[in-house]
Amino acid sequence: MKIVVCIKQVPATHEVSIDPVTKRLIREGVAAEINPFDRYAVEEAVLLRERLGGEVIVLSMGPPQAMDAVREAIACGADRGVLLSDRSFAGSDTWATSYALSSAVRSLGSVDLVLCGKQAVDGDTAQVGPGIAAHLDWPQVTYVAHLEQAGKDELVLRRMNEDGYDRVRVELPAVLTVVKDLNTPRVPTLRSRIVSLKAQVPVLTPADIGADPRRLGLDGSPTRVVRTQPPPGRSKQSVRLEGPAEESARRIVHELRTMSIV
Amino acid sequence: MHTPTDHDRRQFRNVWVVAEQREGVLKDVTFELLGAARRLARQRRGEVWCVLLGHGVRRMSQACLDRGADAVVLVDDPRLEHFVDDVYATVLHRLVERHRPEIVLCGATARGRALIPRVAVSLTAGLTADCTGLDIEEGTGVLLQTRPAFGGNIMATIKCTDYRPQMATVRPRVMSAMEPQPGRTGRVLVEPFPENASPARLTVLEAVTDARETVHLADAKFIVAGGRGMGGREAFKLLAEFAALVEGAVGASRAAVDAGWVDYAHQVGQTGQTVQPKVYMACGISGQVQHLVGMQSADLIIAINKNPEAPMMKLADYSIVGDVFEVLPAMMKEIRRT
Repeated sequence: MKIVVCIKQVPATHEVSIDPVTKRLIREGVAAEINPFDRYAVEEAVLLRERLGGEVIVLSMGPPQAMDAVREAIACGADRGVLLSDRSFAGSDTWATSYALSSAVRSLGSVDLVLCGKQAVDGDTAQVGPGIAAHLDWPQVTYVAHLEQAGKDELVLRRMNEDGYDRVRVELPAVLTVVKDLNTPRVPTLRSRIVSLKAQVPVLTPADIGADPRRLGLDGSPTRVVRTQPPPGRSKQSVRLEGPAEESARRIVHELRTMSIV
Repeated sequence: MHTPTDHDRRQFRNVWVVAEQREGVLKDVTFELLGAARRLARQRRGEVWCVLLGHGVRRMSQACLDRGADAVVLVDDPRLEHFVDDVYATVLHRLVERHRPEIVLCGATARGRALIPRVAVSLTAGLTADCTGLDIEEGTGVLLQTRPAFGGNIMATIKCTDYRPQMATVRPRVMSAMEPQPGRTGRVLVEPFPENASPARLTVLEAVTDARETVHLADAKFIVAGGRGMGGREAFKLLAEFAALVEGAVGASRAAVDAGWVDYAHQVGQTGQTVQPKVYMACGISGQVQHLVGMQSADLIIAINKNPEAPMMKLADYSIVGDVFEVLPAMMKEIRRT
């Protein structure tokens, strides 16, 4: 089975902070990591390869430093990596990003399965996985929490929703987006890290993947960010209750009654 | 690639809401979006249309009209019995092509977030995920879509000037529904299932709504969540009891999930769910940033913790210094008292 895992390099969450003056997100000098959900996608791909044979290719789009994320995924078990990095990709929204990634999947040839994390923790959109499926015209299964059966032509999976889950059977090729429950990602060994550092990872441009540059980057993106601002502050002053439990409980329940919550 | 002109854009009119129903019941988010759509349609001098897809859903049309739709676009077909992403996407794509709405709204639910990106790609439309604010820009009439990013640490306002329709998924419980007006009149446009659609490549074998699995975090107005400070699996029964009393849902921190005290479906935070309830009550949750990004947009935050210095206690509107096992039972007694 030929599996492509799409990963994104994101700022490490514990590093996220807001500049008190500009009220913007501080990105400079912030440590980066693989988007947490993507780690489960990498692990599931490696587990599938171990069972069914084949190849796991990790695919990322980003600035040159996203190479670190690709190598990390190789250290976690992927066979090889591809990085899309070129000025013409910069500023892509989810439409253009999913177009670029789907073009790369096509150029890799006879891919059976694309795995993505359910969403990236910086943008939080969850749009790129389904977008890739739409560009490829492949079926998709989102919020995959459990893989029940895997054959070379189809998979049986559980997808989560607000009310429980659906058991579904999907034909391959397909795109899956995965949640945390799926597996426990392995930790790279010293040996696998050395292998990942030596791996040849091609850096590809739109021409290399047969993508139309007019559909990429800011110009190829239907949406524009007009402005960013800090979230509305918590209006109320924090109230601390330190008395006996009954007293605190009465005060809180009174507040909830006033809000017509209980 | 053809960039649409002003003339092209003027062909697109009206505000659409894609309804979500499960087992014959319309989700509240549908009514909330109809409320938001009315406001936008008034500003754009257009109508509100509600798209209702499924099998045996015709009888739900009136409820959509009662809640503010001027027209219901209905595709009622056995092939829409279960949610099959690409089949639903094909049907919605064809409806949009035919009727050309200016704006398409859908709930930012598991289904909405799977369906709408597919359609936006196939239509070459702009799409913004998980919006919490919608407005019309003065002068241009373009939809301004505001959404949280980086786990609510920043708000971004996004627009799509060139392409139509302008599409958005919207978080549940953010927009206000209109009071129902029973018997409100409107049109029901019955559309056929597209006969030349490709056969489904995905089959739903079983839709499981196990009570134990039912979490409803995304829909809950009140979430009572437990963390490491709960001490064990047994303590989550107390939270479940509290949640039942306030008709809320049980949430959990990653620490509690990883300890095996509660299922992953309950996890709130970066690798769990992002929630926006009216009330979030954090019990024995210290408040790691990965948890805070999943819940800090709640209207009211209450924290109960023995440690007054915990980050959650600083974020909370009410921070109760004390023992969860004393405070929660006392609250339940107080709630039951009337």
